[in-house]
Amino acid sequence: MNQLLLTAKLDLVESLRARWFQIYTLVFGGIVALLFVFGLTESRVLGFIGLSRLLVTYIQLTMAILPIFVLITTVRSVAGDREAGVFEYLLSLPVGLQAWFWGKFLGRYVAVFAPVFLAMLGAVIWATIVNIEVPWSMFVYYTGLLAAMGLCFLGIGMLISVVARSTDMAQGSAFMVWLVLLLFLDLILLGVMIQERVTPEVAVTLALVNPLQVFRTAALAMFDPQLIVLGPSAYVILDLFGADGFRLFALVYPALLGILSAAAGYLLFKRGDLL
Amino acid sequence: MIQFKNIGKTFRRAQVLNGIDLDIQLGERIALIGSNGAGKTTLIRCLLGEYDHQGEISIDGLDPRKHRTEVLGKIGFVPQLPPPLKMPVGQLIDFSAALCKTDPQRIHAIGKRLGLDVDGILSRQFVRLSGGMKQKLLIAIALGRDAKLLIMDEPAANLDPEARKIFFDLLAERLNDATMIISSHRLDEVSSLVNRVIEMDMGKIVIDDRVADDATLTDRLSCRIVLKRPEPAFAKALDGWNLTPDATQTTWTGDIAGPDRLRFLGIVSRYTALIADLSLSEA
Repeated sequence: MNQLLLTAKLDLVESLRARWFQIYTLVFGGIVALLFVFGLTESRVLGFIGLSRLLVTYIQLTMAILPIFVLITTVRSVAGDREAGVFEYLLSLPVGLQAWFWGKFLGRYVAVFAPVFLAMLGAVIWATIVNIEVPWSMFVYYTGLLAAMGLCFLGIGMLISVVARSTDMAQGSAFMVWLVLLLFLDLILLGVMIQERVTPEVAVTLALVNPLQVFRTAALAMFDPQLIVLGPSAYVILDLFGADGFRLFALVYPALLGILSAAAGYLLFKRGDLL
Repeated sequence: MIQFKNIGKTFRRAQVLNGIDLDIQLGERIALIGSNGAGKTTLIRCLLGEYDHQGEISIDGLDPRKHRTEVLGKIGFVPQLPPPLKMPVGQLIDFSAALCKTDPQRIHAIGKRLGLDVDGILSRQFVRLSGGMKQKLLIAIALGRDAKLLIMDEPAANLDPEARKIFFDLLAERLNDATMIISSHRLDEVSSLVNRVIEMDMGKIVIDDRVADDATLTDRLSCRIVLKRPEPAFAKALDGWNLTPDATQTTWTGDIAGPDRLRFLGIVSRYTALIADLSLSEA
């Protein structure tokens, strides 16, 4: 097995035994279980019935929880491992830096993506068993969104872990990043626009640059392809991308952002002190 | 074999290493000593390619930073503080063996020689082992491959006397084909293991001295101690040293490892008033 896969496996095993992973798995598994328990599959809201209603709610909740969870746990464990001497020992073994960094990224990605995906898959399997209709296109697209979301925030988390030299600093920075992304969500941008502090073009651009907003809009587009709930902003978005184009953009842009952030983290990592 | 040329390292504005020049040849056993903050750990981390630094370091002509896998493949490292790894022992052994291109069974064998029940702990998390068990395992991983350079930071600090004796034997087996750098903040802990002493202070080398190494790593000393009266505290202090008392619990006899003589005398010295007779002779 090559060094990258060895490192990925190592990181995955470390993650599986970490408390953050157990809580993380419990949270997402719990969300799906609770959505079933509260009978969301039987409810009908705005034309949503059955599993589509559950999936929409699940993706909205995931968007609220996953980014901060991934950011904080990534920086805590990576920076924490560095402080605790894990890096000192493991990096004394003959492993290339490229294999080490990307192996960690890969292992962590599996740990981050698997619980959110498996929780959703569990819901689909259960729905199949109890004869609830499964909206397959929605399931496939949401899987893509979750994959892109994991990639995006894991990449940003890896970059922060490299730049911040202590766990406290890394945690604080991760929280700040999340807060900034949260501040530039549509409602706040709308408020700023109403006060005429920024032009609508700037506000829409900021929204499109913000991965949190991109995910929200893409999830919305699955049941509102014309993005009517967004109001005039929808014209800009649909003019720019088209409905399918935006759905594609919502997958590619955050994934690219995550990979580029991780790549920047790797370049900084290999240039400076490894510990 | 190892060359340090004008090595400097600064953290923010603090100069931690300052113009280190050093040549180390194959077969040398070096005690790297100095108080806390002297720069020992930083120098070791530079040697392992973990820190960026000024100057040049080469091991067999290769820069550890630019040729990581080639250089680190020749180095066995035992850290002072075991890393808090959550992975099972078996996986740590397999991971290290795969990276170092060695057979995991070699690591198992050395662990067993050190008194570690390797098969019994394979599925246990590394972090849950006792301090001594962790140390033994890290030593087994460092020695269970063809390392030409062994870097050990207080390697025997957590070992019981019996394991120390075996550890010295293991080092003795590598005398002709490995260089050893043993870091410690106390010379008496490592003096009998080395033939060269390098002392650091404030990021500089202040002493670089050859020492007589008449005591070989495999020496055994026959020991006999006669007490004025039986003393349970003394018996407890000797626990693990392989000395056995006679029926009256006043005469203790057995063998101790030659390199451990100073440490042994340090323990016995606490009971000086009790001792009627003491002899140590080469077996």
